[in-house]
Amino acid sequence: MSEPAATATENRACFELRDASQTLTVMELYHFDPDTLEQTLRDKIRQAPNFFRDLPLVIGLDHYEGNVADLDFFQLIGICRTHSIQVLGVRGGNDDVRRLARNAALAWLPGSRTSAPRPAPEPEPAESTPQEPAAAAAQSSAIGPGRLVTQPVRSGQQVYAPEGDLIIMAPVGAGAEVLAAGHIHIYGPLRGRALAGVHGDTSASIFCQSLEAELVSVAGHYKISEDLQGDDWRTPARIRLEGQVLTADPLTR
Amino acid sequence: MARIIVVTSGKGGVGKTTTSASISTGLAQRGYNTAVIDFDVGLRNLDLIMNCERRVVYDFVNVIQGEASINQALVRDKRVENLFILPASQTRDKEALTAEGVQKVLDEMSETFDYLVCDSPAGIEHGALMALYHADEAIVVTNPEVSSVRDSDRILGILQSKSRRAEQGMEPVKEHLLLTRYNHERVERGEMLSIEDVNDILSISLLGVIPESQAVLNASNQGAPVILEDESEAGCAYADAVARLLGEERPLRFLDGQKKGFLKRMFGG
Repeated sequence: MSEPAATATENRACFELRDASQTLTVMELYHFDPDTLEQTLRDKIRQAPNFFRDLPLVIGLDHYEGNVADLDFFQLIGICRTHSIQVLGVRGGNDDVRRLARNAALAWLPGSRTSAPRPAPEPEPAESTPQEPAAAAAQSSAIGPGRLVTQPVRSGQQVYAPEGDLIIMAPVGAGAEVLAAGHIHIYGPLRGRALAGVHGDTSASIFCQSLEAELVSVAGHYKISEDLQGDDWRTPARIRLEGQVLTADPLTR
Repeated sequence: MARIIVVTSGKGGVGKTTTSASISTGLAQRGYNTAVIDFDVGLRNLDLIMNCERRVVYDFVNVIQGEASINQALVRDKRVENLFILPASQTRDKEALTAEGVQKVLDEMSETFDYLVCDSPAGIEHGALMALYHADEAIVVTNPEVSSVRDSDRILGILQSKSRRAEQGMEPVKEHLLLTRYNHERVERGEMLSIEDVNDILSISLLGVIPESQAVLNASNQGAPVILEDESEAGCAYADAVARLLGEERPLRFLDGQKKGFLKRMFGG
C-alpha cells in the first residue's frame, strides 16, 4: 500500500538548494551590558509577548560602540533563550566579531552600511566581503549606489552592482555575466547572463534592446536560453517576476 | 620608443602567425624598423613561415635568461630590409617567459625599433598573457565563425583588464579586428558569419578582411609571408591592413558581389 509512495520519495532528490530571502528582526546593539539588556528585553516583551515568542533574531553590530572584547555571545544567547528568542547569527563587525560568532556557533552576515537609525559615530566599516572582483575593466563610474558601464561587457567578464541598478550602454557578450541588486538596463543586445535582484528583490527587472540571453534571473528565479525562444527572442524586452513566474514582455508598443 | 603590437585571438589556427609575418613584413617594407617576436614558446612556427628556421642560433628564452644578447638572437630577414625575427624556443615551455624578463627585452628592443610585433600563442594562459601585457595596439585575428568570435570577445576583455595599459590606468590598448579566411560564397550560403555579424558582436574597428585563399597556404609552405605575393588577393588585403594600421584610409576589397556596395557605405570606403 505504501509502496508507491516509497518509490516516489526515492526518486526525488534528497534536497534542493534555493535562493531565499526572509525579513528578520535585528537587535541593533549599541553596547553590551547583560543586566540592562535583559531588563530592556523584558520590558519590550511585556508590551508584545506574542511577537517575541520563538522569534528568530539577528544581532546587529553595525552601530556597536562598545569594546569587542566585552561581547559575550554565549551570555547573550542565554538571555534570549530564557525569553524563547532564537539567535540565528550576527551581522556586521570586524574579523574578531566574526571569530567570536563562529565560536558561539552563530552565523555571520555582512553588515549593511545603509539604514542608520541614529547618527552614530561611523561604526567600524563593516565592509561586506568583496564579491568576485568585477573584472570588467570597462570604464565604469559609480553614480550613487548604481553603476554605469559604457564599454561592452565581454565574454568572461563580470560586472556587479552590489547595491543598486546596473546600466550598461553597450552589448553584453555571450559568456559575460551582469548582476545587480536592483534593475539591469542594457542599451544593447543581451547575449550573456543577467541576474537582477540578486539580494532577493522580486520587483527588479531586466531591460534589454535585444533578448538573446544565455540566462536571465530575477531574485533567484531564472530562465535559460532554451526557455526564452519565444516571440520576444531577439526583440527589445523586459524580464520581470510575475508571482513566481519569470516573464518576458515586449518593450516596444 | 617602439610601438608594441600584439597579434592575438584566443582561438588557435585562425591565422595569428600568418598575420604577424605579413604585418611585420608590411611595416618593414614601408621603411619602419620592425621586429617580430614569437611568444609561442614550445611550438616554434614563426621562423618557418618567415623561412629563417635554418639560421636560428639563440632564441627569446636565451635572451630572457641572459644567455645571449638581443643582437645575437635576432635573425635578419633576407627579403625585406629593416625586418628582424626573434624566434621562440622549442625546447622550453611558456613558463620560461617571466614578466620581468619580457619587460626587459621589450624595453631594450624599444630603443632601436619602430615597431615590435608580438605573435601570441593561442589560449588565454600565461604565454598569451605575456604577449599581450605590454601591447599598445592589438590586432585580434578572427575567423567568421561563432567559436572564433566568442574567443576574440574573451581576449578583448582580457586586453581591457590584464594589459599593462589597463593595470596602470593608461589610455586603453587600441583594438583592431582582422577578419581572416573570409569566404564570400559561404557567407552568402549562410555557412559563415558576415562582416556585419562579427562587427555586431565585437564592435571594434575593422582593420581588414583577408579572403580565404590558396595563396596563404602556399606562402606558408614556401616560407614567405603572403603579403609579398602582391598578385594575390590575400597579399593585397594584408597590404591594405598595414596601410590602415598606419592611419591611411583604404576601401575594403575582395569581398565580391553586391555586398561590396553596402560595406563601402558602412565602413566609409
